[in-house]
Amino acid sequence: MVTVDPQQPPLLQMRSIVKQFPGARALDGVDLDVVPGEVHCLLGQNGAGKSTLIKVLAGAHQPTEGEVLVDGEVVTIANPVAALRLGVATMYQELDVVAGLTVAENVFLGHELATAGVSRRREARRRTREILARLGHPEISPHHEVGSLPAAAQQIVSMARALSHDARVIVMDEPSAVLDSDEVENLFRVVRELTAAGVAIVYISHRMEEIRAIGDRITVLKDGRTVARDLPVASTPTRELIRLMTGRSVEYAFPEGTDLPADAPVVLDVAGLSLRGAFTDVTFQVRAGEIVGLAGLVGSGRSEILETVYGARRATTGTVEVAGRRLRPGQVQAAVRAGVGLAPEERKAQGLLLDEPVYRNITLSTFGRFAKGGMLDERAERRTAQEQAEALDLRPTGVDRAIRTLSGGNQQKAMLARWLVHGCRVLLLDEPTRGVDVGARAEIYALVRRLADEGAAVVVVSSEIPEVLGLSDRVLVVSDGRVVHQGPATAIDEHAVLDLVMEGSAA
Amino acid sequence: MSEHQLSAQPPGTTPAPPAADESARVEQVAREASGRTRRGGSSGGAARILGLVVALAAICVVGAVTSGSRFASLDNLTVIVSTASIIGVVSIGMTFVITAGGIDLSVGSVLGLSSVWATTVATQTMADQYGWIVMVGCALAVGLAAGLINGVLIAYGRVVGFIATLAMLVAARGLAELIAGRRTQLVNVDSFSSTFKGDLLGVPKIVWIFAVVAVAGWFVLNRTTFGRRTIAVGGNPEAARLAGIAVKRHTMYLYALCGLTAGIAGVMMLARTGAGSSTNGTLYELDAIAAVVVGGTLLAGGRGTIVGTVLGVLIFATLTNIFVQNNLDSSVQSVVKGAIIIAAVLLQQRFTTRTPRSGT
Repeated sequence: MVTVDPQQPPLLQMRSIVKQFPGARALDGVDLDVVPGEVHCLLGQNGAGKSTLIKVLAGAHQPTEGEVLVDGEVVTIANPVAALRLGVATMYQELDVVAGLTVAENVFLGHELATAGVSRRREARRRTREILARLGHPEISPHHEVGSLPAAAQQIVSMARALSHDARVIVMDEPSAVLDSDEVENLFRVVRELTAAGVAIVYISHRMEEIRAIGDRITVLKDGRTVARDLPVASTPTRELIRLMTGRSVEYAFPEGTDLPADAPVVLDVAGLSLRGAFTDVTFQVRAGEIVGLAGLVGSGRSEILETVYGARRATTGTVEVAGRRLRPGQVQAAVRAGVGLAPEERKAQGLLLDEPVYRNITLSTFGRFAKGGMLDERAERRTAQEQAEALDLRPTGVDRAIRTLSGGNQQKAMLARWLVHGCRVLLLDEPTRGVDVGARAEIYALVRRLADEGAAVVVVSSEIPEVLGLSDRVLVVSDGRVVHQGPATAIDEHAVLDLVMEGSAA
Repeated sequence: MSEHQLSAQPPGTTPAPPAADESARVEQVAREASGRTRRGGSSGGAARILGLVVALAAICVVGAVTSGSRFASLDNLTVIVSTASIIGVVSIGMTFVITAGGIDLSVGSVLGLSSVWATTVATQTMADQYGWIVMVGCALAVGLAAGLINGVLIAYGRVVGFIATLAMLVAARGLAELIAGRRTQLVNVDSFSSTFKGDLLGVPKIVWIFAVVAVAGWFVLNRTTFGRRTIAVGGNPEAARLAGIAVKRHTMYLYALCGLTAGIAGVMMLARTGAGSSTNGTLYELDAIAAVVVGGTLLAGGRGTIVGTVLGVLIFATLTNIFVQNNLDSSVQSVVKGAIIIAAVLLQQRFTTRTPRSGT
């Protein structure tokens, strides 16, 4: 960790920032001091105002009140270009790369190297190569089209872009969300290099262990306000941080697993399932009331396994049976009809109709039930959705608002509500808590356990190994497209899982 | 919440004046806020529709001022609505395809082809024997078949909608020319003419057809599972697929439906002009797309409005009429139409940024 002298003059200050949107006050008095060379962690639940704050810093939003100071001088960040000129670069959580352009073109997007309008492509490529090498990814060629790269590599490109600006402050919004643990290490190495050179990092993450590993000081936001500032990472207990963020004091609360009756029937039976180029010979069974976790690195094939079981991808070989009946391969409708539900990894892109009201998202798989002869009974539909929303404590209440306006955790609850309405026998959850804040996580864990207790067979995929271990009854460790271990979740710990994963990929 | 606080006020107590002020203010804010949610939530489309109605009214005023009673006569209004009918029916089909995020460039050609096929010597000879239903059946079958070909190519052949229907545009027009030998084929089946020409209850029969298609279209889009699937497929095809909706099959149905409306429009064209010609319906696809987009349906998909489409069609038909009444060059007309399309889209973007939805 870089030693930071909190007494040195701050590089960036935000004072009493207020951002008023029509009908909502997103920021209501935020203070933030960032000194050179530190990793300043910004903590807060979804909806606490982190994203708005970042956008104010990046010049995408103008604050209603308050001031931003750089080097002690009040500045106006009128637009993203102004932010970059002041030395503030932002890496957004959502990938902001242009799929059709090459890596080099993306890195220098918006500040192309050019002489009299003619781009200096050779130099752009050279500098891109340098930055990528510095990021520990010399294997990414500047010539590659970004759309053809895996998500993790796209994240690297996004990071390379931030570095290409010679920024003095880099804002990183959940940079590790799509990274594997070894890539997170790489990220940390780059962050340490940057801070050693005096660059300040504003680091946003839900993962406490990352903050412990890399952070220097913490500022906590709650409901658009700074509730605690400049807490030293080393001496602030996690419990205290969670209390500040939530007003509650709960660590990840995993619900107690109940003992599975010995005669619980097998609901999901996957045998010899393979998908060329993704995974090979995957065999497992899930019984009613059981939660099975798939642990593995990004790219190990775990998401593909879920999607293939669901029929969203067509298996090369192998079978999937639900309650003894074989599903037609590559047919999502067959799976849904058999009572299988999937909460996909990319909730917004794969799960939701963002501009449609909440109730229509909840009934997206079942609206046919509210119809006679093709004619919809929207009142019955809305009532059913409303009941589920209330049962799951969906907030804000009211199922007529566009689902876009809900937080990540509540969107995820709506996804689960969809399958609750459907009455699933098998529930496939891909990264159920990505982008979900700590408070809502506990609720989702409890909900998943409740569904299992009610007789559903649940399969969970997560990048967070503690989550897989804490939530599941049984764990499958996936490495390089193969299941390398199956066993009770209580019989294995995080390190053992990591060992298995590493071993598997080395073999 | 503030209402709770207010009702919690014990009855009979008189609050201190400042508190009364405060609670009155809170109440007002709450009322405004709830009103806003209701407006924004369920009828974001209502404002849009109102805008279109105002625009149409304004255009009518312009017509009445520049052409007086020549414009504002019942006869002329009938002419306007008749002109609108054929494009209107095509636009209803187009609304579905566009709501689902697609596009159909072939509707004009398919209209022409169906009008030609329904008036060949062979078809008309059979129609003499078995009645007008043969001609209508032929026109609808041609439209449906062309739409199905589009649909299969797009849904299962994974051809981009723009390209598949562009190919159909060219091919259908060519086929119509081949069949007609570039001649105009007059309708000489009396039962057809007597059934479709003329008025019913003082309104031209083709206007009735338009009305029926529009009402049916509204109903299907807003009140049926078919309509819901259409919006879902347009809003997020991947989410629709993963929710268990048969996206490909539905896409095919949508293009088939659009082709069918082109076939219906072919019949209407025969009723109106009395002749099948390979040039029937030329450039109708562009008029239809313009009407749909001006009406407020999102070209990107996920939101569609039949009422808006009908108003869009009427706006363009009224404009055309005013230009004709004033003997203005059709080139000027095109320029104005272009400007209107841009103005409408710009206005919509400005005023309807929140909670876009279907429902009108």
